[in-house]
Amino acid sequence: MTRAEAFFRGLWEFVVGDDWWTALGVVIALALTALIADAAIAAWWVMPPAVIGLLALSVRRAARDRL
Amino acid sequence: MSGAEIGLALSVFLACTVEAVEALTIVLAVGATRSWSSAMSGVGAATVVLAAIVAAFGPALTSLPIDQLRVLVGGLLLIFGLQWLRKAILRSGGVKAKHDELEIFAEEREAARAAGASRPGFDGYTFTIAFKGVLLEGLEVAFIVLTFGANQHRVALAAAAAGLAVLLVAAAGAAARAPLARVPENTMKFAVGVMLSSYGMFWGAEGAGASWPGGDAALLAIIPAILASAVAMAWILRRTLHPAATAEAAGPPAEAAEPARVSA
Repeated sequence: MTRAEAFFRGLWEFVVGDDWWTALGVVIALALTALIADAAIAAWWVMPPAVIGLLALSVRRAARDRL
Repeated sequence: MSGAEIGLALSVFLACTVEAVEALTIVLAVGATRSWSSAMSGVGAATVVLAAIVAAFGPALTSLPIDQLRVLVGGLLLIFGLQWLRKAILRSGGVKAKHDELEIFAEEREAARAAGASRPGFDGYTFTIAFKGVLLEGLEVAFIVLTFGANQHRVALAAAAAGLAVLLVAAAGAAARAPLARVPENTMKFAVGVMLSSYGMFWGAEGAGASWPGGDAALLAIIPAILASAVAMAWILRRTLHPAATAEAAGPPAEAAEPARVSA
């Protein structure tokens, strides 16, 4: 592994961690918020249920893996 | 100081306290077992590297246009905060081992002894372990200082909150000459996870073009909502794992859980 590869792998693990599904979900939720806001429709309501849902799914996956 | 700035300072202070307590345990173990001067050299070198990271990236981040900054940094902060919160919920739910500074101290001290006799003068082993410990624990704090600080253009305030936490932990460690095992680390990690996730969601959505009802006051609803959801998830985990104990237990979310089942 080159130093650059090691750096980016370390950066990925630092920010995204071991649950990339959650990171992907956050990106999708923010993109959906941007799309709705761009259509001049109130978009604040997208993030709260998305974040709580992503957290619940992440906890469920981790608990299932560890038990 | 505005409410958002108090939230910034409090979040950074709590996060930094937790990480500083963990770093202190490592430094104490190698310092007391092998060489204080080499341990302090490692701490100093790591502190310089961390300060350089904040100094280099802080101005670069704050120069971004505000909407791009908020969606980028809000998203990163949210992803990062959800990691902290998930681990805190798993610890509180009894699925993941809680941090036990006394146990970690004993392990580090044993490893330091097993590494052989320390050399007079500069001890490379002690320097490296102290440097790595402080750098790795400090990177998360540097990330939080940069993201929180850049979003509000208050990197200096965030750095000051982090510095205050380090000073307090160092003073407490010097006075106790032992790991700070009584600091409620797990509860503090729970709180930091809630704050990072809440602010990340708030800023991320604003950067993406959404307007929160009530503006900044929306945080007064977002933070309790995230906290309540996280506490509920931890309670459900505990109830699933230990139905009898949950009926009797009542106390702070992250400290009242049953003993851990799985090591971190």
